[in-house]
Amino acid sequence: MTLQKRIMQKQILQNTALWAIVLVLIGYVFCRPVYGEGEAVELPALAQQLAGVKLKELPNLVGQLEVAGKTAVVPLFEALLNGDLYYRKVDRLVVIARLSPAGDYQLRDALLVTPLGRAEKKALKKIRISNRVRSGLRDAIARLTLFSDDPTLRRPAVANLFNRLDDDSVALLQSAAARETDTDILATIERALALHTLLVSPDIPAQLQALDKLDGSLEPVVRNRLAALLESTENTGATRDPAVIRKAAAVLHSIHADIEFYEFLETLFFGLSLGSVLLLVATGLAITFGVMGVINMAHGELIMLGAYTTYVVQLLMPDHIGYSLLVAVPAAFLVSAATGIVIERSVIRFLHGRPLETLLATFGISLLLQQTVRSVFSPLNRQVESPSWLSGSLELNAVFSLTYNRLYILVFALLVFVALLLVLKRTSLGLQVRAVAQNREMAKAMGIRTDWVDALTFGLGSGIAGIAGVALSQLTNVGPNLGQAYIIDSFMVVVFGGVGNLWGTLVGSFSLGIVNKFLEPATGAVLANILVLVFIILFIQKRPRGLFPQRGRAGQS
Amino acid sequence: MITGGNIFTVATLRAQTALFVAVLFGVTLYASVCNLLLPQDSVFYVSTYTVTLMGKYLCYALLALAVDVIWGYCGILSLGHGAFFALGGYVMGMYLMRQIGDRGVYGNSELPDFMVFLNWQELPWYWCGLDHFWLAALLVLLVPGLLAFGFGWLAFRSRVAGVYLSIMTQALTYALMLAFFRNEMGFGGNNGLTDFKDILGFDLQADTTRVALMLCSALALGTAYLASRLILASKFGRVILAIRDAEDRARFLGFRTQDYKVWLFVYSALLAALAGALYVPQVGIINPGEFSPLNSIEVVVWVAVGGRGTLYGAVVGALLVNYAKTRFTGVMPEAWLFALGSLFVLVTVCLPKGLAGLLSRLGSRRRRLAAVDA
Amino acid sequence: MLEDLRQLLRRDQVWPFLLEPVPPAIDVSHRMILYVEGLTVSFDGFKALNDLNLYLEDGELRCLIGANGAGKTTLMDVITGKTRPDAGAVFFGQTLNLLERSEADIAALGVGRKFQKPSVFEAQTVYANLELAMKMNKGIWPTLLARLTPEQRDRIDQVLEIVGLDHRRGLAAGALSHGQKQWLEIGMLLIAEPRLLLIDEPVAGMTAQETERTAQLLTSLAGEHTVVVVEHDMEFVRSIAKTVTVLHQGAVLAEGSMAQVQSNPAVVEVYLGDSQ
Repeated sequence: MTLQKRIMQKQILQNTALWAIVLVLIGYVFCRPVYGEGEAVELPALAQQLAGVKLKELPNLVGQLEVAGKTAVVPLFEALLNGDLYYRKVDRLVVIARLSPAGDYQLRDALLVTPLGRAEKKALKKIRISNRVRSGLRDAIARLTLFSDDPTLRRPAVANLFNRLDDDSVALLQSAAARETDTDILATIERALALHTLLVSPDIPAQLQALDKLDGSLEPVVRNRLAALLESTENTGATRDPAVIRKAAAVLHSIHADIEFYEFLETLFFGLSLGSVLLLVATGLAITFGVMGVINMAHGELIMLGAYTTYVVQLLMPDHIGYSLLVAVPAAFLVSAATGIVIERSVIRFLHGRPLETLLATFGISLLLQQTVRSVFSPLNRQVESPSWLSGSLELNAVFSLTYNRLYILVFALLVFVALLLVLKRTSLGLQVRAVAQNREMAKAMGIRTDWVDALTFGLGSGIAGIAGVALSQLTNVGPNLGQAYIIDSFMVVVFGGVGNLWGTLVGSFSLGIVNKFLEPATGAVLANILVLVFIILFIQKRPRGLFPQRGRAGQS
Repeated sequence: MITGGNIFTVATLRAQTALFVAVLFGVTLYASVCNLLLPQDSVFYVSTYTVTLMGKYLCYALLALAVDVIWGYCGILSLGHGAFFALGGYVMGMYLMRQIGDRGVYGNSELPDFMVFLNWQELPWYWCGLDHFWLAALLVLLVPGLLAFGFGWLAFRSRVAGVYLSIMTQALTYALMLAFFRNEMGFGGNNGLTDFKDILGFDLQADTTRVALMLCSALALGTAYLASRLILASKFGRVILAIRDAEDRARFLGFRTQDYKVWLFVYSALLAALAGALYVPQVGIINPGEFSPLNSIEVVVWVAVGGRGTLYGAVVGALLVNYAKTRFTGVMPEAWLFALGSLFVLVTVCLPKGLAGLLSRLGSRRRRLAAVDA
Repeated sequence: MLEDLRQLLRRDQVWPFLLEPVPPAIDVSHRMILYVEGLTVSFDGFKALNDLNLYLEDGELRCLIGANGAGKTTLMDVITGKTRPDAGAVFFGQTLNLLERSEADIAALGVGRKFQKPSVFEAQTVYANLELAMKMNKGIWPTLLARLTPEQRDRIDQVLEIVGLDHRRGLAAGALSHGQKQWLEIGMLLIAEPRLLLIDEPVAGMTAQETERTAQLLTSLAGEHTVVVVEHDMEFVRSIAKTVTVLHQGAVLAEGSMAQVQSNPAVVEVYLGDSQ
């Protein structure tokens, strides 16, 4: 077997056609349980018949596939429905193909959805379908998923049917309601049926009852249908009972109120999310600025280094993307901290007590780092992949969902913040750092090696920048200019919160994040950014030392 | 020489200024004559490209002078002077856009091309009247001047100083950059303003116009140099130095230091705006990139290289660094940012007083050696 | 509106904004020049000044003594407008509330200050330092166009002689010795002609001879000017003081002649007690 395999592998290198067959075979061997017992032999062969199938025969084939594959054919059906299903001209292998950012097509196995490499558009042929097949496919997908054992499949299936209510889908939903055990899904089904009743039933009490059920439902379809219903009676004269109309208006109103509330929550969440990013970026800055009085203009580039570290870590362990971030966090911390210490020892140390010169020198360093990265990695953005546990979102209801990456980064930012507080409050390094921050000369006289403390403080601040880079790599493109985008905002956070006060940084970043996101719908992102900048310039008038100033005679001089 | 290094005798200052003005006008007049009167194949012929390049450098030098006045003499490190430069440039650019008239791509005599492209129906109010040169010239100074006054008044009154101020100035120019990138602002968005045809009826492509613009830049630089010298040599200048070195003390002597800083800031912003207005017709384009924080901070490096607090140092620094930039970006563009970055670090760490400081150190050593010999 | 316009058009009057600003007169009709009442300043819960009351007679020479942290410098900071108090009132003469004014305004009213650490403009010449300090209109335009009149030159020469820096006039102030800087700062105070002088540790770093000269200078100033001296050198205080105020923990502990204060049991306990 192994010998055989090795020979095959040699051939793979020479012959792409064989490559596909091998994959199908391997997939067959390893993934048999997925298809369920019994149909195992038949299903891939059936799927293969899709290549070049006549339109006339397609419905029949779809029916056979449905029976043979059960839920395993859902991805294939969906791809077929969306026009993503192709076969390769060279070996007639049926694949799911999507346009990749690079311009060619990313191929996946039609049944297993495992990656199969890339191909040019020329090498592929699309499997075409007619409208009849399309609706058949939709029904098949609904049937397959609606009665599956997995609630995560049933939920979107119900939502899908909800959006295109007709007699067929209602019948399906009714039979599903009888079997449904999940109360959440059951409630959704009931709302769908209620909407149907409202729209078609001639019975006024039934309509009113349906409206009761619809009160508080957040599905967009309910809102749209109710609005359409009210509008049509306004325009075409009363064909409906006034009581129903009144009630429908009231329900619609309360739905709108609910939606507004959830939109508010969503904006708040986006604000918190932006705030958490600002917090990650600004804490490092707050340390170097607050403790050492050093404006580090290269902070953004240290963040960028963190993001590139993530990229490199993923290159080194392509098979374990899920764990890559866990490795990347300490790695990025070390890389950025080491860079920071080198910067401190080689440049900043000589500019002590000359903040403006430090600002210029670190700006020069930021240019050097940017250009280095450009030379090493190219000026183009690099793709950092998100592990599966970070993608997707937590759907709380039809209009309100939280994406996992933002949620995790929010938690992560708070963890980093707390860890930093603990380091500063509970360790001897923290004690020394605070001592140096408050009175450098005195600390020196007490025997604290201030130059060491400086280097370590700078390293700590830089390391946190690196960690921020890991988080940012999950939200934005990783490119040489990554750090630039956030640096001015995070300076604003530090200035707003008050220098030398980590709590100020916390409050500052979250309030700026939230204000920014609440302004955005009214003014647009750019203007919101500008307004926040103007606001801070004005704020500094009232509180020149930020929200939480350090007081005392020393603080005032 | 003790701290600061700004004690020159009146005689050396006069000699310095005279030398500066003589060199400035000597070189620019020579270039003009060689360009206009000599045949193209003459050895001494100066190409129009070179003349325009010189004009561009002179504008940069004026901008550097503006930064030196505020940074070298008052200790205010502005990382946002590019904003005043760009605003002056935009006002001039708007005037030049109006001069295009119906010669644009769309042939619309009422609206600039980009507005036609965006389906605008009429000229926004802030474009009105800009087809008059006198109004444009006024606004070139008024708009950046008012911005500088407003910003300075707010910042200096609440005693925002040091790195805080630098960050705020950077935020100012950053905010303006974001704003000017927006198409809705009516300043051409991304592409800015370009395709200018003529200024005051003179063709912008003509050699004579190019030479005249270059000479105007030289004149502006020379005048600004003399004016700054006079201002800084007056008692006002001594108050400014006092504020730089010990603002608290100056305040306890009864000087409203914030007022002094605001007016010096406005003066400096006006110089920058003038530089921008002269720059735009010579390079033929103004876009939001001019607002980018990098541009402003680059100016600071010119001043640092030349030596701040000397005025002539800023001019020399601007010319040298920009000449190097032109050379470098022609040969190997990637290396320029490496060079610029290293320049920042080297100048601040090894050469805090710039070339001017190096020069005066060498000079004083020679003098000492001469004294020993005697 | 019309009335305003008519006012503006009157030809027998100069427009108000063209007039030289006249500093408000200091009302010393009750012989007191400075009233400090109920002054409280706290930094992060620590009370640097605690309900402090102090009255200064016009033309007197007062010495402030007290241990470190007693609030002497903070008191001067409040009077000169550098620190804003949490509570209390500071009046210059009967009418002028100093708490409403900025440092520059207070200085222009005639309150001069010498800092504990000599602070002169180190990059400028001794002469320029005195020129900057000279009493004159300190607005922008007058300063821009200022030329020294012969009287002003004479005045600078005179002060240079008093403080003994005549031969150093062209030297950068940064090149002076510590004692010389002290003298230069005293010179800057003199040339500003203030009504009230606040002098923080004038003789630190001076030789015995210079100390004596300072004592003479300060006593000669009293009468025409009101002088407040903060000093740790008890010998010096004894040689110049008529009235001494002892501060302790941000409040006045005792006040009177040197002899009275020295015999005050409370003072002996908290302050002199340590040194004896």
